[in-house]
Amino acid sequence: MTVIEARGLRKAFGATVALDGVDLQVAEGRILGLIGPNGAGKSTALNAILGLTPYQGELRVLGRDPWNERDQLMRDVCFIADVAVLPRWMQVSQALDYVAGVHPRFDRAKAESFLAKTDIKHSSKIRELSKGMVTQFHLALVMAIDARLLVLDEPTIGLDILYRKQFYDSLLNDYFDRSRTIVVTTHQVEDVQHVLTDLMLINRGRIVLTCTMEEFESRYLEVKVRPEQVAAARALKPIHERQALGRSILIFDRAVDQKLDRQQLATLGDVHTPSIADLFVALMGNHAGAAKGAAR
Amino acid sequence: MSTQSNAVPDSPLDSQALPPATLSETRPLYWSVRRELWENHSIYVAPLAIAAVYLLSFTVSAIWLPNNMREVWMPHTMREMATLKVADTLIGLAMPYTHATALVGMVAFLVGIFYSLEALHSERRDRSILFWKALPVSDLTTVLSKAAIPLVVLPLIVLAVSVVLQQIMRLLSMAVLVMNGGSAAPLWTRLPLSDMELVTLYGTVVIVLWHAPIYCWFLLVSGWARRAVFLWAVVPWLAIAAMENIAFHTSFLGRMLHGRLLGFGEAAFDLKDKNGVPIDTHFIPLTQLTPGRFLSSPGLWLGLIVAAAFFLAAVRQRRYREPL
Repeated sequence: MTVIEARGLRKAFGATVALDGVDLQVAEGRILGLIGPNGAGKSTALNAILGLTPYQGELRVLGRDPWNERDQLMRDVCFIADVAVLPRWMQVSQALDYVAGVHPRFDRAKAESFLAKTDIKHSSKIRELSKGMVTQFHLALVMAIDARLLVLDEPTIGLDILYRKQFYDSLLNDYFDRSRTIVVTTHQVEDVQHVLTDLMLINRGRIVLTCTMEEFESRYLEVKVRPEQVAAARALKPIHERQALGRSILIFDRAVDQKLDRQQLATLGDVHTPSIADLFVALMGNHAGAAKGAAR
Repeated sequence: MSTQSNAVPDSPLDSQALPPATLSETRPLYWSVRRELWENHSIYVAPLAIAAVYLLSFTVSAIWLPNNMREVWMPHTMREMATLKVADTLIGLAMPYTHATALVGMVAFLVGIFYSLEALHSERRDRSILFWKALPVSDLTTVLSKAAIPLVVLPLIVLAVSVVLQQIMRLLSMAVLVMNGGSAAPLWTRLPLSDMELVTLYGTVVIVLWHAPIYCWFLLVSGWARRAVFLWAVVPWLAIAAMENIAFHTSFLGRMLHGRLLGFGEAAFDLKDKNGVPIDTHFIPLTQLTPGRFLSSPGLWLGLIVAAAFFLAAVRQRRYREPL
């Protein structure tokens, strides 16, 4: 079943084109990472999917038109933006009461059991919680909703590594199953690389790459080339080359040369799957040079 | 980091097996109004606080001040009762009670204005609009819940606080009279509190309906302005009125604004007696209420149409709003 289907999705802010004819299909049970530099159009795409912004083109989410059916859609869709969107004046217990009051798929007992594993008190106001606790709380609210699509927009920004790991562990172990679909954007790509089932790289409002993680791992290979093999490696037409600690690191795309295989490349140096961030830089070329820092 | 194999446990679920997602239509509205009360304590604290201050002043006056000073606040001592005409007695008796209601009403009006100015602005300023919009609550329901505060909740609070305050004031006055060796009976027999409460109910409804376009305008501006909401809501009207006055030496807009603030009195009450003499508004008899004239007043219906237009514009605008 297709959860998200977009054709020619376009959104412009004045002369700035945020989404430039994006085609997108996300099937049920997938975890899609939407990766790109600042201003690439990730959040605009998510906002369109959530019915938060009008758009041109065709877009259906769970069979609905998000812009015209946002409130009905939100019965089946959950959304976590960065940690600062929970109302700071609200008490934890009030947030639980409110979500239970308005959301037909919210299971309060489940939320309470998630909260019981944390140090969050019901009487605390959101502003009294640390960033990590706010994220824990938001995740507890969302995980207690029996939704079919979860959209995460930089959900762990500003959190330390422990909270980030805990966030994704909870998401996968306590929430995700094959009936749910997750779309996530993040600059902390290394946190999600092993979580994703699908990858979409986006830049300047256009899709640069879309593939499953299996395809990603079989298609792209990164070789830390031994110095004496550099010339031979370059002859195999890598799509990108960079230097690190005095060694040349080359990325190969097996779609460019299908005869390339891991054994052949292993004769040139250490072979492994590139990080999404390194591949992104490779595909963006000079344009994305500055974006690499952001994508890491 | 969890691996992908962890990520997809073998628990295939049929997506069609989700429980039916049904809630009564009014439930989100009810909870959204409660949410507004949680966020804005001043909605009930301010009227209660002014009532408490008034009651304290009234109590101090009744108990501690000398008799001649007390009579200013409580002109219903037995001695004075005996010397006054019936109508004057009534007005003298009613005055502190009318003042109490008016004060609570004015505070509620101010609370309603400042609430409306913040209502659709603060959620954008603190980015919580992204949280609210992630829940299955329509923009219509959200704006309706916010409009309900000045148009329904605050009037109900005014009525409740006024009734309780007036009853306490009367009991207190009776106690003081009895302790001073007098009779409390006149406060039962001569002070028509139930009539006054009916007038308060009528007046509250009248004022809310008359002021509805003001609240809805402020709601609209609070959802539109990026900053300085109060200035955007007020200054354009004043500027246009000033320009009209300077350019054309007329003051249509100024009179219209004045009428929108205070014009309900002429429409909803007959403020002259049968001889054409202005009545004392400290006590308005039920016979002076003119609901028919009020309901047939063009000012009421034009105001309500404008209020509905502002309200719908605020709903539509919220669809497009993002954090500031």
